[in-house]
Amino acid sequence: MNVSVAPTVEAAGLAAPRGGWLDRVSTLLYTRRGLLVGALIAPPLLWFGVIYLGSLFALLANSFFHLDDFSGQVVRELGLQNFREILEPANLDVAWRSITMATLVTLACIALGLPVAYYMARHARGAGKALLYVAVMLPLWSSYLVRLYAWKLLLAKEGAISWLAQALHLQWLLDAVLATPVIGGNSLSFSPIGTFLVFVYMWLPFVILPIQAALERIPPSLLEASSDLGASPLQTFRQVTLPLAMPGIAAGSIFSFSLTLGDYIIPQVIGNSTLYIGQVVYRQQGVAGNLPFAAAFSLVPILIIGVYLWLAKRKGAFDAL
Amino acid sequence: MRSDAARPAAPLGLRLATWAGVLFLHVPLALIVLYAFSSEDKSYVFPPPGLTTQWFGVALQRADVWDAILLSGQVALWATAIALVLGTLAAGALARTQFFGREAISLLLILPIALPGVVTGIALRSAYHTLEIPFSFWTIVVGHATFCVVVVYNNAIARLRRISPSLIEASMDLGANAFQTFRHVLLPQLGSALLAGALLAFALSFDEVIVTTFTAGQQTTLPIWMLQELIRPRQRPVTNVVAVFIIALTFIPIIAAYWLTRSGEDTPHR
Repeated sequence: MNVSVAPTVEAAGLAAPRGGWLDRVSTLLYTRRGLLVGALIAPPLLWFGVIYLGSLFALLANSFFHLDDFSGQVVRELGLQNFREILEPANLDVAWRSITMATLVTLACIALGLPVAYYMARHARGAGKALLYVAVMLPLWSSYLVRLYAWKLLLAKEGAISWLAQALHLQWLLDAVLATPVIGGNSLSFSPIGTFLVFVYMWLPFVILPIQAALERIPPSLLEASSDLGASPLQTFRQVTLPLAMPGIAAGSIFSFSLTLGDYIIPQVIGNSTLYIGQVVYRQQGVAGNLPFAAAFSLVPILIIGVYLWLAKRKGAFDAL
Repeated sequence: MRSDAARPAAPLGLRLATWAGVLFLHVPLALIVLYAFSSEDKSYVFPPPGLTTQWFGVALQRADVWDAILLSGQVALWATAIALVLGTLAAGALARTQFFGREAISLLLILPIALPGVVTGIALRSAYHTLEIPFSFWTIVVGHATFCVVVVYNNAIARLRRISPSLIEASMDLGANAFQTFRHVLLPQLGSALLAGALLAFALSFDEVIVTTFTAGQQTTLPIWMLQELIRPRQRPVTNVVAVFIIALTFIPIIAAYWLTRSGEDTPHR
């Protein structure tokens, strides 16, 4: 475009502006990398700084406001009322139940995901490997609500799992599970065990992929060295593979833990009426119109996940993300 | 040296566990497809007593379904467009540079996805509430765009790191300015990565429900429609059909995105 204009070398000798404002801007950006980076980062930084961080600050500010008991309006005065309310036994109970569920779901996801990740990283080759990868990735990206709906069909009293239990003459086992206090209930779709199953299903791909990536990075020569030195496959797995896969396991566990802790739809659709953190937040802001309390309560998962991230970072999870 | 021939085949237990895991992931999705053809219209009874395609016709006639699909499509298009611009800019700034605050910025981009959706949702709602912004189409778009940026960013930065800086230098040496270099050298190289990022961002926005419930007023996106059906089912067979439609609509962009980034990795200099 403007390239044909003859260059005139400036005394400074830095570059040769060839006329045309586009060229001049271009030269400026090329010679001053800082300016280029600044110009590139400004729009996203502005968006995230204003909208996202702004929202998080609004959340924090709202958590110190409170609801007027008589008018039901939000009173914009700073106070700690919401935080005192969080410490009430019923709310601590909700937080504790959510943490327990998140921990159990995470452990189950690792137990189920590890063999799949190991097979993908160590044994699958070529087309088989690509197929497995797509098979894990599709549910990860595909619709959350559709997958939840599928489980509603599966877990229902007249659904596929009951049918399977009857066909295999295992009805007694299903009944025994449902009769177990704490985890049982009317049917699978109205019990904590059902909630647990669906959580595990939902986040399993999020756990498999980081573990697979971590396993993939282990040089095979290390494993060969281990077996040359006389270790059994199990010993090699426990003492070489597992420690090296730890960053991936920690990274995957961040997803399953954080996603379980914040979810409010799964326990609402599948499960009995026991509450989890996300549901309390959702109901308080929606049905009760108590945005300040909802805001304060949503700081609980942020705090817990903050601690979790800090622990995971020490395990090297961030290098494996 | 890796010696595939000498490596023992996978133990039977491991193979079984792997395929059990894959089955666990896919049987529920297959079941949804089966139910869409079920002639049973009241309960979840398994196996379906008979098969029919009549519910596809019924679902096609439903205006509420079409409105929800249309709204979701529009939101996803806007969110994707914004994410495409912001994500590409951020990737361009953060690839191959070191500056103060770089780590903080990359963390900031990931945060809307790393934190539970309920936190992002209620944070945006608090902001709208504090600033007294009424709910609208755009309050949804802003939320979606915020968490879609990271998808485009991840794809773009991965590709940028593989593009040799000497290509850019050569272009500049040959007299192109920065904009020409971007247009003729960088963009063709980035193209498929950006397309993949955009497809994933679209799929992500099209499916998002948690942030949407906090940032939508009366608007019903497709996931909100689906959620209402989950809590208070109206016509179950229609829900089954819509579920199959959503599966199809999300699988296509995901597989396309996978294919786009994969072929880019295998043959970076094609």
